[in-house]
Amino acid sequence: MQTPPLHVGIDAPIGPVVDEELPPPVPPGSPRRIRWARRRKALHRFWLAFRRDTMGMVGLAILVFFIGVVIFAIFADTSGTRITEATGQPLQPPSWDYPLGTDNYGRSVLTLTIQGAKVSLLVGLTATVITMIIGAAVGLAAGYRGGGTDTVLMRITDWGLVIPWLVLAISLASIFGQSLFIIILVIGLTTWPSTARLVRSQVLSVKERAYIERSRALGAGNWYLVTRHVLPNVMPVIMANTVLIVAIAILSETALSFLGLGDPFSISWGQILQQANDAGASTLGAWWWLGAPGVCIVLVVLAFTMIGFALDQIINPRIRDR
Amino acid sequence: MSLLSTRDLTVTYQTQGGPVPAVRGVDLEIDRGEVVGLAGESGCGKSSIAGAILRLHPKTARIGGTILLDGKDVLELPPGKLRALRWTGASIVFQGAMHAMNPVQRIGAQIAEAITTHHQANEREAMVRAGDLLEQVGLPGRRIDDYPHELSGGQKQRVMVATALACSPSLVVADEPTTALDVMVQAQVLKLLTRLQRELGLAMLFITHDLSVLVEVADRLAIMYAGKIVEDGPAQRVFFEPEHPYTKSLAASFPQIGDPRFRRAPTGLGGDPPDPQHIPGGCPFHPRCPEVFEPCPDVVPSLFPAGEGRRAACLLVEGAIASARGGA
Amino acid sequence: MSARGDEASYRVDYTSRPILEVRDLGVSFSGRVGLLAGLGGRKATEARAVDGVDLRLHRGEVLALAGESGCGKTTTARAMMGLIKPQRGQILFNGTPLGKDLRSYRRRVQMVFQDPTASLNPRQTIYEIVAEGLRIHRIHRGPAGEAEEELVARALSRAGLRPPERFFLLYPHELSGGQRQRVVIAGALVLEPEVIVADEPVSSLDASVRGEILKLLMKLRDEDQISIVVVTHDLGLAWTIADRVAVMYLGRIVEIGPAEDVLTRPLHPYTKALLDVVPETEGIDRPILSGEPPDPTHIPEGCRFHPRCPEVDLGAAASAGVEARCRGEDLALIELRPGHFAACHLAAARRDDVVPSTST
Repeated sequence: MQTPPLHVGIDAPIGPVVDEELPPPVPPGSPRRIRWARRRKALHRFWLAFRRDTMGMVGLAILVFFIGVVIFAIFADTSGTRITEATGQPLQPPSWDYPLGTDNYGRSVLTLTIQGAKVSLLVGLTATVITMIIGAAVGLAAGYRGGGTDTVLMRITDWGLVIPWLVLAISLASIFGQSLFIIILVIGLTTWPSTARLVRSQVLSVKERAYIERSRALGAGNWYLVTRHVLPNVMPVIMANTVLIVAIAILSETALSFLGLGDPFSISWGQILQQANDAGASTLGAWWWLGAPGVCIVLVVLAFTMIGFALDQIINPRIRDR
Repeated sequence: MSLLSTRDLTVTYQTQGGPVPAVRGVDLEIDRGEVVGLAGESGCGKSSIAGAILRLHPKTARIGGTILLDGKDVLELPPGKLRALRWTGASIVFQGAMHAMNPVQRIGAQIAEAITTHHQANEREAMVRAGDLLEQVGLPGRRIDDYPHELSGGQKQRVMVATALACSPSLVVADEPTTALDVMVQAQVLKLLTRLQRELGLAMLFITHDLSVLVEVADRLAIMYAGKIVEDGPAQRVFFEPEHPYTKSLAASFPQIGDPRFRRAPTGLGGDPPDPQHIPGGCPFHPRCPEVFEPCPDVVPSLFPAGEGRRAACLLVEGAIASARGGA
Repeated sequence: MSARGDEASYRVDYTSRPILEVRDLGVSFSGRVGLLAGLGGRKATEARAVDGVDLRLHRGEVLALAGESGCGKTTTARAMMGLIKPQRGQILFNGTPLGKDLRSYRRRVQMVFQDPTASLNPRQTIYEIVAEGLRIHRIHRGPAGEAEEELVARALSRAGLRPPERFFLLYPHELSGGQRQRVVIAGALVLEPEVIVADEPVSSLDASVRGEILKLLMKLRDEDQISIVVVTHDLGLAWTIADRVAVMYLGRIVEIGPAEDVLTRPLHPYTKALLDVVPETEGIDRPILSGEPPDPTHIPEGCRFHPRCPEVDLGAAASAGVEARCRGEDLALIELRPGHFAACHLAAARRDDVVPSTST
């Protein structure tokens, strides 16, 4: 009556537990092709998770909009930004011809705002790149090496965190002059400490994980461990942090420009605000002049913050797929 | 009348991925002064039962069936009566309980808190009782002024046992009380629990994955698999003369030192305990069963009588097939 | 005593040179001392995790290192792997001491870790995890010219995951606990090691799944003569697969010998106590040890076990006249039966008795 029992045990064909997700038994192909296919799959899963987060999607929508504005700005006619070619009447409130009104020279605030997007976002992104590179490098080195390296780097980081960045930025800008390049540099050099801190703490926790020890037991050297294991596992945190840093960088650029430390030859939202403020826009009641760049700044910063929070949500609950 | 009686107890968790049936119909009986062991591996649902008895489960869990504690239906009790019942009727020693202590509160105060919350005594008397309880669990009474970090793992677990006894319950549910402890300390805590159980005439529901512990400690033993009980009966007989193939495999995973049959002969099951969301059809154990045969994938066996005071949910039990066919 | 599995099992040749040898190993960890306190003369507390361990592992042998937490077994295992640098002592592989360059050593001696879920990088596929060893050592082709994929497939197959190709693109979280541990083992096997050090290889797995992994380890020993060091707190596991058992306490081995002897006729009181608390042992009737697991920063004088020793407590040591030595004289392992060593004054004194120890 008894049929032979199902094969169990060491010689049995053991299949994976979850049958639905089983990929077709494709011959593996080159390791690179496997990696690439896998990355696409992971990206797709990530996108599905992100799509579910309303806040993140709203932020993304706003960001996409502004990227569109920047692209438009790159190809648009910049003549409207030059004072000598101003076409409107000074300080006109918004009208059909000038949807966002005009400034005290008669330039279209809309044109100024669109062009301002270019600089604000450019500075924000470039400064972020500098911040992330320095911050990640310092955090990795300090966290992974520990000991003396850690102490020295962390004291430098602490110093950077403690010094009021505005004071530092003002000093640097006054010494080195006012150009876009300097502004980017200043922001980058003053923002990295918080990233370094974050990266270091993440590295410390990843460093202790069992798979690191396993790799070491397999014979891996430090460079291999850092590039193949530590960095990929620290990357999500770095990515989420990067997005938030962009928001900070844009705000920083705005602040510096508003205080008059920006590049006088470039137009950024902060510059517009500065010019408006200097010309007494608030007392003159030219709300459109202050409002347009102001609202844009708020929206963009908000967008990055919302995306950053959404990323955080996805990254932190590691049970994403389980 | 039994102290604790559950009928068709079900616990289902509502999750993003759909409902997860952790417990799928469990009938359990515990008499006064009896120690019942509940054994099983991960995913079998045993820890969900611990929480369900006093409705101390996470918000996402839905409990069905009946739970009668001392005659009262726990699931129907209004919140006030339920709170009154908690700790005085039955108390729980949770898994990892020693991590559940407030690090900034002295242990005496934490024990006394249980007493004063139930208005059984005023603060001063409660502290005295806390000291007595500590003595009962083998710690010096003056340690009521210690903070949790001044105690070792084993000592903290004793404090948790003392807390569980604070309001003189009739039933103590112990969910993996010794799992995180060292072998020697584990033995001490077990010895303590058995002594207290005898002295105070407590009923105990001892939940663990470590079957070998239950053989020593429990009067009756129930084995859980995939949310249901698959075998129960007197502890020694279930362990040494198992009827259900799963019990046989599980018991074989706790080798007897000195028994040559276990020497160089590891036995185990392939696969894994089933995911509650993907429980196989028919007998849930059939994909891994070494004694599987034709009807197994199609028939869901209920608990058939398999000897004196014993039941097993397996078609191989004598008479099972006939009664399954009769009922099917 | 013949056992069912004995006929198929490999017979260890104890006369050959040991493949792995540990000589007088010492590993200490210091606590931290603040700058001012250190200047003021306060010394850091030193925890002597391993305090003089000698071991010999022969080809194809399964050696169990048993003990409670804090006894130093894990530290010893890590030192054997070269993951920890010892303060004193030597590790010899095939007679040669470990040098600075551990990479080639790593190919011959591999490790299996306790928690398979933590040991696998959740962002890597199974293929990448198993291939990692090959990539680290820049092995592009096998000895007979096989490609990397074939080597990975073979390792997965040897570890019982079949058909191996189905597992290549999966992630660790898509596998069960037992399968994950097999992946870890496959990752070690791909380098064709001669020794595997397994640190609690099955304690995080469900009980019913453990047997499969243990069977796998035994198969590797039987078919390929891989020597295995198993670190465990579970003496039942030692009974199941070990040829020899070494019981450790506070950084030293207190008893070592053939598994049948140590586990059924233990000589050292600590071993007896450990066996007594294992619920399934028959017959040995000793009181459970009081007190907590010992603290490596405060190692007692004399025999390091004497403060907790039931023989001292109950007077057996006194009546045998050795109590003073237990309290004052530290001692090394003594061969009390052929191949069976214990570090116990009382057991040594009793050796001259005709009747062997009372346990069954």
